[in-house]
Amino acid sequence: MDFEPSSEQQMLIDQVRRYVREEIIPLEAKLDPDAAELDPADQARLVEKTKAMGLYGIDIPREFGGPDIDIVTRVLLAIEMAQHRAGLYVPCYGTFGGAGLAQIFEANEDQKERYLYPTLRGEKKPFFGLTEPSGGSDPARAIQTKAERKDNGWVLNGAKIFISGADRAQYGIVFARTDASKGRAGITCFIIDADTPGFHVRRVVHTLRSSSYATELEFKDCWVSDHQVLGEVNKGFAVANDRLTRQRIPYAAGCIGIAIAAHEMAVEWAKMRSTFGEKLANRQAIQWMLVDNEIDIRTARHFTLEAAEKARRGLPFRTEAAIAKLTASEGGGRVVDRAMQIHGGMGMTKDLPLERWYREMRIRRVGEGPSEVQRMVIAREILGSNLR
Amino acid sequence: MALRLRLDKPWRPLTAEEATRLPGQLGVYQVADSVGTIVFIGEAGARSPFGLRSELQREARERRPGHQFRVEVNQQYRTRWFELLMVHKADHGSLPADNAKNPPPSLGRLSPS
Repeated sequence: MDFEPSSEQQMLIDQVRRYVREEIIPLEAKLDPDAAELDPADQARLVEKTKAMGLYGIDIPREFGGPDIDIVTRVLLAIEMAQHRAGLYVPCYGTFGGAGLAQIFEANEDQKERYLYPTLRGEKKPFFGLTEPSGGSDPARAIQTKAERKDNGWVLNGAKIFISGADRAQYGIVFARTDASKGRAGITCFIIDADTPGFHVRRVVHTLRSSSYATELEFKDCWVSDHQVLGEVNKGFAVANDRLTRQRIPYAAGCIGIAIAAHEMAVEWAKMRSTFGEKLANRQAIQWMLVDNEIDIRTARHFTLEAAEKARRGLPFRTEAAIAKLTASEGGGRVVDRAMQIHGGMGMTKDLPLERWYREMRIRRVGEGPSEVQRMVIAREILGSNLR
Repeated sequence: MALRLRLDKPWRPLTAEEATRLPGQLGVYQVADSVGTIVFIGEAGARSPFGLRSELQREARERRPGHQFRVEVNQQYRTRWFELLMVHKADHGSLPADNAKNPPPSLGRLSPS
C-alpha cells in the first residue's frame, strides 16, 4: 500500500499544520501547562477560522452537514492536530468541533431530533458510559449495571467509572445488562438524560491526566422509558464493540502526533546542546535514541494508515486497528521517554510539554483497550477466532 | 478507595508572614472570612513563580485583614480545583462569592454521597 499523501491530502495537512503552529501553540504559551480549555473568546475566534477552512465538524458525516473527510485523511489530519501541548486529549482544543458519539448516528428519528441534532448544533454534550468498577477490558462480562423492566420502561441500577465529561453532559449513552443469562447478547444501550432522577455523578476520579478528570456515576432506581433504548434490546454490545474498534484508529493517530512533536524537539535540542565540548547530536548514544524514535514513529504511522485504509475500503480492520493502537501507544510512549532523556533536567519540567505528554501517553497504553487486549485480538487472528 | 473530598485542615490567618512559610509547590487553597465562610477557592499552577506561597502572598496583599486560609499541596491542581468548586456548589448551592464573579467557563455538577 502506498501511504504517501495525495496532493489534496497534503494541502489539508499543510493547512492544519499552519493552524496548529500559528494559532494554537502561541496561545498555549500563556495558558497553564495543564490547561484543557482556551479562553472562550479565543475558542470562538478559532472556531470561525476552522469553519472558514471548511474543516469544522470534521467527524460529522456528509449527510449531516460535515465536510466528508475519509478516514485515511482524518488520520493524517489527526496526526497534525495533536502536535501541541494539550494535543493528545484535546487536539486543537476542540476548535474543529465534535461530532458527538458515533452510536448516536444510529439512533431513530425521534432520538436524532432530541439528541443528535442538538449535539451537532453544539447545544448538548454527551458522555459514553461503558466501563464499570468491575472492569473495563472485558465489557461483555464486566457490565453489572442492570436494567429491569418496569412500568413500560426500564429501571437502571449500578455504577460506572472513568467516565469523561459526565458532569458537564446533558445526556449519555449507557450500557446495561438486560438479560443476565445471555452474556454479551444480554446488554442494551440506553440514552440517559443527565437530569433523570436516580442518575448521579458521584465523584471526580483523578488520574495522571491532571488536565482533566474522569467521573464515577451511580444509577439508583433510574427509570427511563422504552424511547430511551438506542438500537435493539440485548444488542447493545455490538454498538459498543464497533465504537471501540473504530476509535482505535484516530486514537493511534493522536499518539503518533505527540511522538512526532517530541521527536522534533529532541532532534532540535540534540543539535543545539553541547556536553563536554561536543554536540549531543554527535554522540552515538543520542543518535541511537533518535533512530529508535524514527523507527517507532514510522512503524506506528504505517500500521495506523494501513488500518485506516482497510476501514476506508470497507474491509475487516479489527486486527489492523489493534496493531495500530498497540504500536502507536507503546511506541509513542517510548519516543516521549527518549525525548525527555535527551533533554535532561529540562525534560522533567513543566516548562516543556514533554512531562505532560509522558503522563498522558502512559494512559494510552490502557485507554480504549489495554495493550494486552490488543495482543489478544491479534492472537485470535493468528490462532483462529475460536480462541477464547 | 476514594480520596478525601473536602479540605478539612484547620484555618490559618491570612497574613504575609504566614504565607511566607508555605512551600513553593503546586496545589489548591481556600480563603475564608473571619467566621470561616469560604469566599474563594484557588489554584497554584505551574505559572505561579513560587506556587502556593506566591498565590497566598498575593491573597494576603489584596484582601482586608481578618481572612483565613488553608492549602493542599497537589500536583493535580487543575482537576482538584474543579473538584473543590463542584463540591462547594453541591454543598452550598452556589460557588464561593469571589469565584462566582469569574466562574470557570464550563463547570460540571457533582452530587457527592
